[in-house]
Amino acid sequence: MKRTIFRNQLLPWLLLAPQLAITFIFFIWPAAQAVWQSFLREDAFGIKSTFVGMENYLRLIDSAEYMNSLKVTALFSVSVTIMSMGTALLLAIAVDRMIKSTRIYTTLLVWPYAVAPAVAGILWWFIFNPTIGIMPYILSGFGYDWNHISDKGDAMLLVVIASAWKQISYNFLFFVAGLQSIPPSLREAAAIDGAGPVKRFFTITFPLLSPTTFFLLVVNIVYAMFDTFAVIDSTTEGGPAQATNILVYKVYFDGFVGQNLGSSGAQSVILMGIVIILTVIQFRWVEKKVEY
Amino acid sequence: MIENRPVLNFLAHLVLILGVAIVALPVWIAFVASTHTATDFSSGTIPMWPGPHLVENYSRMLDSGLSTSGTPPVGRMMFNSMIMALSIAIGKIIISVLSAFAIVYFRFPLRNMAFWCIFITLMLPVEVRIVPTFQVVAGLGLLNSYAGLSIPLIASATATFLFRQVFMTIPDELTEAARIDGAGPMKFFRDILLPLSRTNIAALFVILFIYGWNQYLWPLLITTDAQYYTIVAGIKRMADAVDGLPQWHLVMATAMLAMLPPVAVVIFMQRLFVKGLVETEK
Repeated sequence: MKRTIFRNQLLPWLLLAPQLAITFIFFIWPAAQAVWQSFLREDAFGIKSTFVGMENYLRLIDSAEYMNSLKVTALFSVSVTIMSMGTALLLAIAVDRMIKSTRIYTTLLVWPYAVAPAVAGILWWFIFNPTIGIMPYILSGFGYDWNHISDKGDAMLLVVIASAWKQISYNFLFFVAGLQSIPPSLREAAAIDGAGPVKRFFTITFPLLSPTTFFLLVVNIVYAMFDTFAVIDSTTEGGPAQATNILVYKVYFDGFVGQNLGSSGAQSVILMGIVIILTVIQFRWVEKKVEY
Repeated sequence: MIENRPVLNFLAHLVLILGVAIVALPVWIAFVASTHTATDFSSGTIPMWPGPHLVENYSRMLDSGLSTSGTPPVGRMMFNSMIMALSIAIGKIIISVLSAFAIVYFRFPLRNMAFWCIFITLMLPVEVRIVPTFQVVAGLGLLNSYAGLSIPLIASATATFLFRQVFMTIPDELTEAARIDGAGPMKFFRDILLPLSRTNIAALFVILFIYGWNQYLWPLLITTDAQYYTIVAGIKRMADAVDGLPQWHLVMATAMLAMLPPVAVVIFMQRLFVKGLVETEK
């Protein structure tokens, strides 16, 4: 809280006006619309809409497709998070041992952050292309017949790999920062006491890294649930047989392709609730950390 | 480093080299593919080394593009992406720095309400409320325009919170001194606050430029006129059109061009990029 402030009543409103105007028109109003639409049902021609209350929500709970999408989203988010955080932690621990070559390795590892999710999807789609891709060619050598166009498991693996690949660099940067903030004296003391590297990692490093890990956990779940839309759309488009139809893709598909605005609205509202919960968790953590 | 163990050092290098190889693999394959002709893929064996058609493929895409996919030349799409990314980065920084200034340095009625209005927009991505946002933009007649591409994506609060935190760390003595010298709020803002947050602004610019350049769903939905296609959204249209006759070499050349500007920004501005990334998340 600032002690010294300016006394002016009109000026702050002028300063806030652009942000508030854009926020209202493109954020709060559409979000309110989504809530409103979630209580309506439009007829097949989109001429008349009737208020149906909670019906859209009840239909979602009843819908096997929506439950499938929930399951797919959970499996997808957990897989992406584990794969990208695990790889990033391993790389961060390795780089933390380096004295001279930290910078060069960091530069070589950090750039996938800048690759658009859609492009990441296209790249991996090409690598795994069943007719000309390099991975199916290698896998067939091991006797595995890769086909993400017809096989559900293969399709899921493809979108998980493409999404996790892009997120490794982000997690890596935060893990490196977290490792560097651990005072070396702690680990030195443990080393003098005879603790080996593995023991030191599990008894000292990892517990001290847990705030970073928790923060990344939330960020990665948010990333996997929402920012991977482009990965799904540029590779599997939710298929085969709904196997990769994550919630955020379903909102888009039901709303724009299926023209089912009521259901899409209800799905939007549920997703907004999930994001708000995750954001609050994240902020609680940040607030705590600021107090230290 | 605590003790010198050559085995562990070797292992660490091995892990890192493997990591770099995995991270680079898809881009290497895309690059190799972009230097061959279409017939090199139809033979069944995948080339592992670059071919001789690099200049030919890239200049063809930049100048004329893939006529069968209905997309404009890649040069045009890169220009559109550049406008979109710059508008988002600059626009977001301007509105955020102004509103953070208002929230930190003034007391006025409804200040808390204004703060919460901005706060609730935090992190709610456009994908979640995509249908009504599209309707609003269509209603305003902003489809197929640079304003429609950028303004709706400017509306989010992360940058406001970053600046709020930066301003909170600026000592009160500076404000007092400025007031004693007779400086008004806007003079203080321009001559003291902005210069002091220069690195934060630059760092945020790097992050927001990448964010804007990499947008996919939004440009895909609101541009039906090929003149406004952005490259990241355009790539998908090209990949869809290659189903009949595989033009993989050209699609991969486009993918390389689409990732070149943001990757270059990250590599050359690494220090600013890391600063921006770590601070926007806090």
